[in-house]
Amino acid sequence: MQLKVPHAEYVSFGNVGCPGCGAVLSMRHVLKILGKKAIVVMPACCWGIIAGPYPTTALQIPLLQVPFAAGAACAVGVRHALDKQGKKDVLVMVWAGDGGTFDIGLQGLSSAAERNEDILFVCYDNEAYMNTGIQRSSATPRGAWTTTTPKGEKLQKKDILRIVSAHRVAYAATAVVTYPADFMWKFQKAKSAKGFRFIHLLSSCPPGWRIDSDNSLEVTRMAVESGVFPLVESDEGGRMTLTYYPLELLPVSAYFKSQGRFKGMEDVEIQVIQREVTEKMNKLGYSREIAKIQDIGRIQKFIIG
Amino acid sequence: MSREMMMGSDAVAYGVKLAKPDVISAYPITPQTHIIETLSELAPLWGGRFINVESEFSALSTCFGAVCAGSRAFTATSSHGLFMMHEVLHYFSGARMPFVLVNVNRAPGMPWNIWSDQSDSMAQRDTGWLQVYCETCQEALDSILQGYFISERVLLPVMVMIDGFTLSHTMEELELHDQEKVDRFLPPYKPTFKLDIDDPVTFGNAAPPDHYYRMRKELQSAFEKSFHTIAECHLKFQEEIGTSYDFIELYRFEGAETVLIVSGALTGTARVAVDMMRDQGKRVGLLKIRFFRPFPGRALGKALNKSQKGIVLNRAVSYGAQGSLSQEIKAALYNLENRAQIYDVIVSLGGKEVFPDTLINIVEQIEKDPSHKDAMIWL
Repeated sequence: MQLKVPHAEYVSFGNVGCPGCGAVLSMRHVLKILGKKAIVVMPACCWGIIAGPYPTTALQIPLLQVPFAAGAACAVGVRHALDKQGKKDVLVMVWAGDGGTFDIGLQGLSSAAERNEDILFVCYDNEAYMNTGIQRSSATPRGAWTTTTPKGEKLQKKDILRIVSAHRVAYAATAVVTYPADFMWKFQKAKSAKGFRFIHLLSSCPPGWRIDSDNSLEVTRMAVESGVFPLVESDEGGRMTLTYYPLELLPVSAYFKSQGRFKGMEDVEIQVIQREVTEKMNKLGYSREIAKIQDIGRIQKFIIG
Repeated sequence: MSREMMMGSDAVAYGVKLAKPDVISAYPITPQTHIIETLSELAPLWGGRFINVESEFSALSTCFGAVCAGSRAFTATSSHGLFMMHEVLHYFSGARMPFVLVNVNRAPGMPWNIWSDQSDSMAQRDTGWLQVYCETCQEALDSILQGYFISERVLLPVMVMIDGFTLSHTMEELELHDQEKVDRFLPPYKPTFKLDIDDPVTFGNAAPPDHYYRMRKELQSAFEKSFHTIAECHLKFQEEIGTSYDFIELYRFEGAETVLIVSGALTGTARVAVDMMRDQGKRVGLLKIRFFRPFPGRALGKALNKSQKGIVLNRAVSYGAQGSLSQEIKAALYNLENRAQIYDVIVSLGGKEVFPDTLINIVEQIEKDPSHKDAMIWL
């Protein structure tokens, strides 16, 4: 089966995203799959700025900017209003950063997930409050420098996918735009599913991650290849399945060394994380043998036009 | 039309039923709960969707989404719930989204208190919402219908206040309007702006200072225009439903030297006090403030004159300053030559009982020693 990806662009050129912003690239590819019959609900986040300023807009589909904590709840309101008006075929997507998902938005997200509301909630996770100047969030990984963790984050990143999956939602997955086939297929699935759908994107941030903008994609590729950010899907029972098997697991040190924000990390810390990541990948059923077969099957899964 | 005994909460629910909103989203808080319990039962009757959410913040956010998508919506809350909604209140008025919210007035903590005063809604006076304070359950029912009428014409949200317990949990004989009559008064909602895939627009992108300033100026001029719309609403309501309403109401005002200025359910008690004083030959009248936003300053200026003492019965305090209602009244009269003396009395916070005698005592005290006008008067 092939996925047809249209030439049409729903994100305008000339938006005010930073060069190399993973969130702009992610939105561009998401909207190619969702198409025109979608409404975006956006709590405060980097994209709140990227979409503007008034009276301009970077999106070719309707967009509603909402309070920081209100992403899910506002989307639920839009959904029910559309349903009542007989517009059941219009998809409602929340597009939130990690703050609007992991932290301030979590309560409302849980509430909508618990009721299996018919919306798609996308978190583009750049692992800190980048819009306000790189302050830590509960999505910030251990070891990362931010302006409020000047000596490096000491705590583990919150496992948001498991938290959302525990609500027995219709669909939950992780994705990274650097893997467009995997990425777009997941949005295709989410688009055709009914009920609460959640996609957690790792989204690179050159200023916040202290990387060059032309390394933006490469760095997220390393996150996936090392197993730091595995590409998975979760079924309704919360069982995680890898959707992409790296041919060879890259040492996590390569990922950490690629970014200025991890400069302060000690080798011991990296070794601890390496052990945890290896264990996590084993639990997810990773093996190099499957990787070889999977990689062949994955090529040519979408066409443009 | 039928007449029925009903609690204030059910009167509100009945008013909402007549307005038939597409979406109702709510979260329980004493003393608002009966409203949403009844609505959860009634909503299917007109195909309305009742959405139970996890907080007042989400309740109002869900309503915001629904209204932006082009539907009529409703919620009810109280005190701490209203505080939790505070951020979204600004979104409604900033986005110029029509909406009706019922707030069952309740005192804020700490300490815990579930009884009525106006601190919760007075604290929201600068959020760009119209505010109506109801004296009776009938007025609550009618104000909801009027709220949608006004809101959908001036594109400003409306907050309707009823006193916790004093109105919400008290039975009253109500006039229940026929749906047909109400439909003539309040046609189905036709949104001016909405999220529409066939006409994609963005709501709320960051506005640079010049644009922002202009929009805020428009918000203020919408409030100024709302005087006209509200007057039109009152006329139409009388025509179709048969009851007359106004921004303020003057009671036994002829030749009044002292005027009790009051809003909400306390008005009932004040009427009794005024009757008792009139019976004793005292020249006391009453001025009820129904619309608090837009503030009926001109009507007040016309009604009151400099030979009068206006005793404001405040049920909310702007701590470190004055009673919230007093501040507004003084500000409205300040530039008038012919202005009444205003006395700043704080009564009934946290549901503290006020009897007609309490009010008579206040009037007597002030008449004895007019210098009271220089200070806040606490009981």
